Amino acid sequence: MTFTLRRKNRTLIIYLTGELDLVKANEFRETVDNTMEEMMAKNLIIDLSSVNFIDSSGLGVILGRFRKISAKEGQVVLVGLNSNVRRILELSGILSFIPVCTDETDAWELFEKNVI
Amino acid sequence: MDRIPINRIELQMQSKGENVSFARIAIAALASQLDITLNDLEEIKVATSEAVSNAIIHGYQNKTEYMVKVIGTLYEDELILEIIDEGVGIADIKQAMQPAFTSDPERMGLGFVFMQSFMDKVEVESKTNCGTKVILHKNIGSAGAAKKAVS
Repeated sequence: MTFTLRRKNRTLIIYLTGELDLVKANEFRETVDNTMEEMMAKNLIIDLSSVNFIDSSGLGVILGRFRKISAKEGQVVLVGLNSNVRRILELSGILSFIPVCTDETDAWELFEKNVI
Repeated sequence: MDRIPINRIELQMQSKGENVSFARIAIAALASQLDITLNDLEEIKVATSEAVSNAIIHGYQNKTEYMVKVIGTLYEDELILEIIDEGVGIADIKQAMQPAFTSDPERMGLGFVFMQSFMDKVEVESKTNCGTKVILHKNIGSAGAAKKAVS
């Protein structure tokens, strides 16, 4: 799995590629937490469009970031879920509280609507 | 009479996160030897990932020097997976299998939920301080699909 990061204002955008399982979840946690702290970011966009596998370890790390960022009144948005990933996320119930957008443009629109 | 397996693999791997994908890929390759749908294959991969991750995280409490054993037995209508660790064991199996039962705020407690959702049968044998064996059954292939339809 590779991570590509981009910063825009106080939002971190992370593009993931590959499989988000136990070992990758740990790398993801460390990368996101450290970068958000360094850039004093408030919001997080997670682009999963190139992720072809996720399990409960991957879900856990997304949930953990959501809890942490929400506690500081920031927002987390997921972007681009393929059918396999969407199925796992739906089954977990995580989509009832983390918004999903089809692409990054939609995510920015959602942020603007919420005046973040 | 005992059923004769088409194929059987036995893997032993160190209790490291890096080996979760190794187990998942090996079991997917075994299952692919039957006529299997992509959906079933994805479900088997998730269930394998959950069981091996549980052995590492809970059984061995993230200590990496121990061994996890994965046995995959393929029959013409069924795949049986055994995931075995010699870790701390599960004190209360019923409670551990409940959704959202977890001791870690970064986890969702959905490992067993996914195993139960994606496999046809899940059995757990465990003894405190001796280890845990999770047995996962999946009806696959055309014969397995017929078996599933009847049940």
